[in-house]
Amino acid sequence: MKYIKQFAIITFISLIGECLNHLIPLPIPASIYGVVIMFICLETKIIPLDAVRDVGKFLVSIMQIMFIPATVGLIDIWDVFVPNWAAYTVIIIVSTFLVMFISGKATQLVIFLKGKGDKKNA
Amino acid sequence: MHEFFEGSVFFAVFLTLFSYCIGLAVQKKLKHIIFNPLLIAIIITAAVLLIFDFDYQTYKANSEVVSFLLTPATVCLAIPLYEQFELLKKNALAVLCGIASGILTCLCSVLIFALLFSLDHATYVTLLPKSITTAIGIGISNELGGYESITVASIILSGILGNIFAVPFCKIFRITNPIARGVAIGTSSHAIGTTKALEIGEIEGAMSSLSIVVAGLLTVIGAPVFANFI
Repeated sequence: MKYIKQFAIITFISLIGECLNHLIPLPIPASIYGVVIMFICLETKIIPLDAVRDVGKFLVSIMQIMFIPATVGLIDIWDVFVPNWAAYTVIIIVSTFLVMFISGKATQLVIFLKGKGDKKNA
Repeated sequence: MHEFFEGSVFFAVFLTLFSYCIGLAVQKKLKHIIFNPLLIAIIITAAVLLIFDFDYQTYKANSEVVSFLLTPATVCLAIPLYEQFELLKKNALAVLCGIASGILTCLCSVLIFALLFSLDHATYVTLLPKSITTAIGIGISNELGGYESITVASIILSGILGNIFAVPFCKIFRITNPIARGVAIGTSSHAIGTTKALEIGEIEGAMSSLSIVVAGLLTVIGAPVFANFI
Protein backbone atom coordinates (compact mmCIF):
# COMPACT_ATOMS: atom_id res chain seq x y z
CA MET A 1 0.00 0.00 0.00
CA LYS A 2 2.73 2.45 0.87
CA TYR A 3 4.06 2.38 -2.69
CA ILE A 4 0.69 3.34 -4.10
CA LYS A 5 0.41 6.23 -1.69
CA GLN A 6 3.91 7.43 -2.52
CA PHE A 7 3.28 7.20 -6.23
CA ALA A 8 0.00 9.05 -5.79
CA ILE A 9 1.75 11.93 -4.01
CA ILE A 10 4.43 12.15 -6.70
CA THR A 11 1.83 12.05 -9.46
CA PHE A 12 -0.20 14.73 -7.72
CA ILE A 13 2.79 17.07 -7.56
CA SER A 14 3.48 16.38 -11.24
CA LEU A 15 -0.16 17.32 -11.89
CA ILE A 16 0.22 20.64 -10.04
CA GLY A 17 3.32 21.26 -12.15
CA GLU A 18 1.32 20.54 -15.27
CA CYS A 19 -1.40 22.98 -14.18
CA LEU A 20 1.17 25.73 -13.60
CA ASN A 21 2.75 25.01 -16.98
CA HIS A 22 -0.67 25.34 -18.53
CA LEU A 23 -1.55 28.57 -16.73
CA ILE A 24 1.77 30.46 -16.84
CA PRO A 25 2.89 31.52 -20.34
CA LEU A 26 6.61 30.73 -19.83
CA PRO A 27 8.65 27.95 -21.47
CA ILE A 28 9.00 26.19 -18.11
CA PRO A 29 7.88 22.55 -18.11
CA ALA A 30 5.74 20.75 -15.54
CA SER A 31 8.74 18.85 -14.19
CA ILE A 32 10.61 22.02 -13.22
CA TYR A 33 7.62 23.48 -11.35
CA GLY A 34 7.16 20.03 -9.83
CA VAL A 35 10.71 19.65 -8.55
CA VAL A 36 10.52 23.09 -6.90
CA ILE A 37 7.13 22.31 -5.32
CA MET A 38 8.35 18.90 -4.12
CA PHE A 39 11.42 20.51 -2.60
CA ILE A 40 9.39 23.17 -0.79
CA CYS A 41 6.97 20.52 0.51
CA LEU A 42 9.86 18.41 1.85
CA GLU A 43 11.65 21.38 3.38
CA THR A 44 8.51 22.67 5.12
CA LYS A 45 7.65 19.07 6.18
CA ILE A 46 4.24 19.30 4.49
CA ILE A 47 5.39 16.03 2.92
CA PRO A 48 7.62 13.97 5.20
CA LEU A 49 10.55 12.36 3.37
CA ASP A 50 9.25 8.86 4.20
CA ALA A 51 6.03 9.58 2.33
CA VAL A 52 7.81 9.70 -1.04
CA ARG A 53 11.26 8.22 -0.42
CA ASP A 54 11.04 4.64 -1.78
CA VAL A 55 9.18 5.33 -4.99
CA GLY A 56 11.13 8.57 -5.47
CA LYS A 57 14.49 6.84 -5.22
CA PHE A 58 13.26 4.07 -7.50
CA LEU A 59 12.15 6.52 -10.19
CA VAL A 60 15.42 8.45 -9.97
CA SER A 61 17.44 5.25 -10.21
CA ILE A 62 15.74 4.12 -13.45
CA MET A 63 15.76 7.58 -15.00
CA GLN A 64 18.36 6.74 -17.67
CA ILE A 65 16.01 4.44 -19.59
CA MET A 66 13.46 7.25 -19.91
CA PHE A 67 15.78 9.08 -22.32
CA ILE A 68 16.09 6.17 -24.76
CA PRO A 69 12.86 6.65 -26.78
CA ALA A 70 13.47 10.37 -27.42
CA THR A 71 17.12 9.87 -28.31
CA VAL A 72 16.40 7.11 -30.80
CA GLY A 73 14.43 9.85 -32.59
CA LEU A 74 17.76 11.09 -33.93
CA ILE A 75 17.32 8.52 -36.72
CA ASP A 76 14.25 10.46 -37.86
CA ILE A 77 15.83 13.93 -38.14
CA TRP A 78 18.95 12.80 -39.97
CA ASP A 79 17.99 14.80 -43.10
CA VAL A 80 17.75 18.09 -41.20
CA PHE A 81 20.98 17.46 -39.36
CA VAL A 82 23.19 16.70 -42.37
CA PRO A 83 23.45 20.14 -44.12
CA ASN A 84 25.07 21.79 -41.08
CA TRP A 85 26.52 18.68 -39.46
CA ALA A 86 30.06 20.05 -39.03
CA ALA A 87 28.89 23.19 -37.24
CA TYR A 88 26.51 21.24 -35.03
CA THR A 89 29.11 18.65 -34.09
CA VAL A 90 31.82 21.19 -33.22
CA ILE A 91 29.45 23.42 -31.26
CA ILE A 92 27.90 20.58 -29.30
CA ILE A 93 31.20 18.97 -28.34
CA VAL A 94 33.30 22.07 -27.63
CA SER A 95 30.57 23.99 -25.86
CA THR A 96 29.55 21.06 -23.63
CA PHE A 97 33.10 20.53 -22.38
CA LEU A 98 33.75 24.27 -22.04
CA VAL A 99 30.64 24.64 -19.88
CA MET A 100 31.68 21.66 -17.77
CA PHE A 101 35.17 23.10 -17.32
CA ILE A 102 34.15 26.67 -16.50
CA SER A 103 31.24 25.85 -14.19
CA GLY A 104 33.27 23.24 -12.29
CA LYS A 105 36.35 25.44 -11.95
CA ALA A 106 34.31 28.52 -10.99
CA THR A 107 32.51 26.59 -8.24
CA GLN A 108 35.77 25.19 -6.97
CA LEU A 109 37.43 28.62 -7.01
CA VAL A 110 34.66 30.28 -4.98
CA ILE A 111 34.70 27.43 -2.45
CA PHE A 112 38.47 27.81 -2.18
CA LEU A 113 38.38 31.60 -1.79
CA LYS A 114 35.59 31.39 0.76
CA GLY A 115 37.50 28.78 2.75
CA LYS A 116 40.50 31.10 2.80
CA GLY A 117 38.34 34.04 3.89
CA ASP A 118 36.71 31.99 6.66
CA LYS A 119 40.13 30.98 7.98
CA LYS A 120 41.28 34.61 8.07
CA ASN A 121 38.19 35.67 10.01
CA ALA A 122 38.44 32.82 12.49
CA MET B 1 4.27 -10.67 -38.02
CA HIS B 2 6.18 -7.47 -38.85
CA GLU B 3 3.11 -5.34 -38.24
CA PHE B 4 2.31 -7.21 -35.06
CA PHE B 5 5.71 -6.46 -33.53
CA GLU B 6 5.76 -2.91 -34.80
CA GLY B 7 2.41 -2.22 -33.13
CA SER B 8 3.10 -4.01 -29.87
CA VAL B 9 3.56 -1.92 -26.73
CA PHE B 10 5.35 -4.74 -24.97
CA PHE B 11 7.76 -5.14 -27.85
CA ALA B 12 8.65 -1.43 -27.71
CA VAL B 13 9.10 -1.41 -23.95
CA PHE B 14 10.98 -4.71 -23.94
CA LEU B 15 13.29 -3.52 -26.70
CA THR B 16 14.06 -0.40 -24.68
CA LEU B 17 14.74 -2.25 -21.42
CA PHE B 18 16.57 -5.17 -23.00
CA SER B 19 18.90 -2.84 -24.94
CA TYR B 20 19.79 -1.14 -21.70
CA CYS B 21 20.43 -4.51 -20.02
CA ILE B 22 22.83 -5.40 -22.83
CA GLY B 23 24.48 -2.02 -22.30
CA LEU B 24 24.94 -2.79 -18.60
CA ALA B 25 26.37 -6.24 -19.34
CA VAL B 26 28.79 -4.88 -21.93
CA GLN B 27 30.00 -2.19 -19.58
CA LYS B 28 30.52 -4.70 -16.78
CA LYS B 29 32.61 -6.86 -19.05
CA LEU B 30 34.63 -4.24 -20.92
CA LYS B 31 34.74 -1.46 -18.29
CA HIS B 32 35.84 1.23 -20.75
CA ILE B 33 33.92 4.53 -20.46
CA ILE B 34 33.00 4.49 -24.12
CA PHE B 35 30.83 1.41 -23.43
CA ASN B 36 28.23 3.58 -21.77
CA PRO B 37 25.00 1.63 -21.08
CA LEU B 38 22.77 4.47 -22.23
CA LEU B 39 24.74 4.95 -25.45
CA ILE B 40 24.71 1.21 -26.18
CA ALA B 41 20.97 1.01 -25.48
CA ILE B 42 20.29 3.86 -27.91
CA ILE B 43 22.44 2.32 -30.63
CA ILE B 44 20.85 -1.13 -30.26
CA THR B 45 17.31 0.22 -30.20
CA ALA B 46 17.96 2.44 -33.23
CA ALA B 47 19.66 -0.44 -35.05
CA VAL B 48 16.73 -2.80 -34.44
CA LEU B 49 14.26 -0.20 -35.73
CA LEU B 50 16.35 0.46 -38.84
CA ILE B 51 17.21 -3.16 -39.63
CA PHE B 52 13.64 -4.43 -39.30
CA ASP B 53 12.23 -1.28 -40.87
CA PHE B 54 10.03 -0.41 -37.89
CA ASP B 55 8.51 3.06 -37.91
CA TYR B 56 10.07 5.38 -35.29
CA GLN B 57 6.86 7.30 -34.59
CA THR B 58 5.06 4.03 -33.82
CA TYR B 59 7.89 2.92 -31.54
CA LYS B 60 7.82 6.30 -29.80
CA ALA B 61 4.07 6.10 -29.19
CA ASN B 62 4.34 2.51 -27.94
CA SER B 63 7.23 3.22 -25.57
CA GLU B 64 5.41 6.19 -24.07
CA VAL B 65 4.99 4.31 -20.76
CA VAL B 66 8.75 4.63 -20.35
CA SER B 67 9.14 8.30 -21.24
CA PHE B 68 5.96 9.27 -19.43
CA LEU B 69 7.79 8.60 -16.15
CA LEU B 70 10.28 11.36 -16.87
CA THR B 71 8.20 14.14 -15.29
CA PRO B 72 7.55 12.32 -11.98
CA ALA B 73 11.20 11.18 -11.92
CA THR B 74 12.42 14.74 -12.39
CA VAL B 75 10.06 15.86 -9.61
CA CYS B 76 11.76 13.27 -7.39
CA LEU B 77 15.18 14.85 -7.95
CA ALA B 78 13.98 17.10 -5.12
CA ILE B 79 14.73 14.19 -2.75
CA PRO B 80 18.55 14.08 -3.17
CA LEU B 81 18.48 17.87 -3.19
CA TYR B 82 16.55 17.93 0.09
CA GLU B 83 18.96 15.45 1.67
CA GLN B 84 21.96 17.65 0.82
CA PHE B 85 20.32 21.02 1.49
CA GLU B 86 22.52 21.94 4.47
CA LEU B 87 25.65 21.53 2.38
CA LEU B 88 24.04 23.46 -0.42
CA LYS B 89 23.14 26.39 1.83
CA LYS B 90 26.72 26.57 3.06
CA ASN B 91 27.99 26.72 -0.52
CA ALA B 92 25.12 28.63 -2.12
CA LEU B 93 27.32 31.42 -3.47
CA ALA B 94 29.84 29.04 -5.05
CA VAL B 95 27.09 26.93 -6.61
CA LEU B 96 25.28 29.95 -8.05
CA CYS B 97 28.52 31.44 -9.42
CA GLY B 98 29.38 28.09 -10.99
CA ILE B 99 26.03 27.64 -12.71
CA ALA B 100 25.82 31.28 -13.86
CA SER B 101 29.34 31.23 -15.32
CA GLY B 102 28.53 27.92 -17.03
CA ILE B 103 25.40 29.25 -18.70
CA LEU B 104 27.20 32.43 -19.78
CA THR B 105 29.92 30.21 -21.27
CA CYS B 106 27.32 28.17 -23.10
CA LEU B 107 25.61 31.22 -24.62
CA CYS B 108 28.91 32.94 -25.51
CA SER B 109 30.47 29.84 -27.05
CA VAL B 110 27.41 29.21 -29.24
CA LEU B 111 27.50 32.87 -30.32
CA ILE B 112 31.21 32.74 -31.21
CA PHE B 113 30.91 29.49 -33.15
CA ALA B 114 27.78 30.71 -34.91
CA LEU B 115 29.78 33.75 -36.10
CA LEU B 116 32.71 31.54 -37.14
CA PHE B 117 30.47 29.18 -39.14
CA SER B 118 28.34 32.15 -40.27
CA LEU B 119 25.11 30.41 -39.22
CA ASP B 120 21.78 32.11 -39.83
CA HIS B 121 19.55 33.36 -37.01
CA ALA B 122 17.32 30.28 -36.91
CA THR B 123 20.21 27.83 -36.67
CA TYR B 124 21.93 30.00 -34.07
CA VAL B 125 18.94 30.24 -31.72
CA THR B 126 18.32 26.53 -32.20
CA LEU B 127 21.58 25.82 -30.39
CA LEU B 128 21.37 28.46 -27.63
CA PRO B 129 19.45 26.24 -25.18
CA LYS B 130 21.66 23.18 -25.81
CA SER B 131 22.87 22.58 -22.28
CA ILE B 132 19.54 22.70 -20.42
CA THR B 133 16.77 20.19 -19.85
CA THR B 134 14.83 19.22 -23.00
CA ALA B 135 11.41 20.53 -22.07
CA ILE B 136 12.68 24.05 -21.31
CA GLY B 137 14.98 23.96 -24.33
CA ILE B 138 12.12 23.17 -26.71
CA GLY B 139 10.11 26.07 -25.30
CA ILE B 140 12.97 28.54 -25.77
CA SER B 141 13.80 27.28 -29.25
CA ASN B 142 10.17 27.63 -30.39
CA GLU B 143 9.85 31.08 -28.92
CA LEU B 144 13.00 32.35 -30.63
CA GLY B 145 12.17 30.71 -33.96
CA GLY B 146 14.63 27.80 -33.96
CA TYR B 147 14.31 24.26 -35.32
CA GLU B 148 12.76 22.21 -32.56
CA SER B 149 14.04 18.79 -33.60
CA ILE B 150 17.64 20.00 -33.86
CA THR B 151 17.37 21.63 -30.45
CA VAL B 152 16.22 18.33 -28.99
CA ALA B 153 19.07 16.51 -30.75
CA SER B 154 21.71 18.97 -29.53
CA ILE B 155 20.37 18.80 -25.98
CA ILE B 156 20.36 15.02 -25.94
CA LEU B 157 23.83 14.77 -27.48
CA SER B 158 25.20 17.24 -24.92
CA GLY B 159 23.64 15.12 -22.19
CA ILE B 160 25.10 11.88 -23.53
CA LEU B 161 28.55 13.46 -23.90
CA GLY B 162 28.38 14.53 -20.27
CA ASN B 163 27.10 11.13 -19.18
CA ILE B 164 29.98 9.35 -20.92
CA PHE B 165 32.90 11.69 -20.31
CA ALA B 166 32.10 13.50 -17.03
CA VAL B 167 34.18 11.20 -14.84
CA PRO B 168 37.44 11.20 -16.85
CA PHE B 169 36.98 14.89 -17.72
CA CYS B 170 36.73 15.94 -14.07
CA LYS B 171 39.74 13.81 -13.27
CA ILE B 172 41.92 15.23 -16.05
CA PHE B 173 41.03 18.83 -15.31
CA ARG B 174 41.21 18.38 -11.53
CA ILE B 175 37.60 19.19 -10.74
CA THR B 176 37.84 17.21 -7.51
CA ASN B 177 35.38 18.88 -5.15
CA PRO B 178 32.11 16.88 -5.18
CA ILE B 179 30.04 20.08 -5.16
CA ALA B 180 31.97 21.48 -8.13
CA ARG B 181 31.68 18.17 -9.99
CA GLY B 182 27.90 18.10 -9.50
CA VAL B 183 27.55 21.68 -10.74
CA ALA B 184 29.82 20.99 -13.73
CA ILE B 185 27.83 17.92 -14.78
CA GLY B 186 24.35 19.38 -14.20
CA THR B 187 25.10 22.69 -15.91
CA SER B 188 26.70 21.15 -19.00
CA SER B 189 24.52 18.11 -19.48
CA HIS B 190 21.27 18.52 -17.51
CA ALA B 191 19.22 15.44 -16.51
CA ILE B 192 21.07 12.88 -18.66
CA GLY B 193 24.35 13.95 -17.05
CA THR B 194 22.67 14.05 -13.64
CA THR B 195 21.90 10.33 -13.80
CA LYS B 196 25.68 9.83 -13.98
CA ALA B 197 26.27 12.33 -11.17
CA LEU B 198 23.85 10.35 -8.98
CA GLU B 199 25.97 7.25 -9.60
CA ILE B 200 29.17 9.05 -8.59
CA GLY B 201 27.83 10.23 -5.24
CA GLU B 202 25.00 11.78 -3.26
CA ILE B 203 26.53 15.25 -3.16
CA GLU B 204 27.29 15.20 -6.90
CA GLY B 205 23.74 14.03 -7.62
CA ALA B 206 22.12 16.70 -5.48
CA MET B 207 24.20 19.55 -6.92
CA SER B 208 23.64 18.31 -10.43
CA SER B 209 19.86 18.14 -9.81
CA LEU B 210 19.87 21.72 -8.57
CA SER B 211 21.91 22.82 -11.59
CA ILE B 212 19.21 21.54 -13.96
CA VAL B 213 16.66 23.87 -12.42
CA VAL B 214 18.86 26.94 -12.02
CA ALA B 215 20.59 26.56 -15.39
CA GLY B 216 17.21 26.12 -17.07
CA LEU B 217 15.80 29.28 -15.50
CA LEU B 218 18.95 31.33 -16.25
CA THR B 219 18.75 30.26 -19.89
CA VAL B 220 15.09 31.32 -20.07
CA ILE B 221 16.35 34.80 -19.14
CA GLY B 222 19.65 34.78 -21.06
CA ALA B 223 18.80 33.15 -24.38
CA PRO B 224 16.32 35.86 -25.59
CA VAL B 225 19.01 38.50 -24.90
CA PHE B 226 21.65 36.56 -26.85
CA ALA B 227 19.16 35.89 -29.65
CA ASN B 228 19.42 39.59 -30.62
CA PHE B 229 23.13 39.28 -31.44
CA ILE B 230 22.76 37.43 -34.77
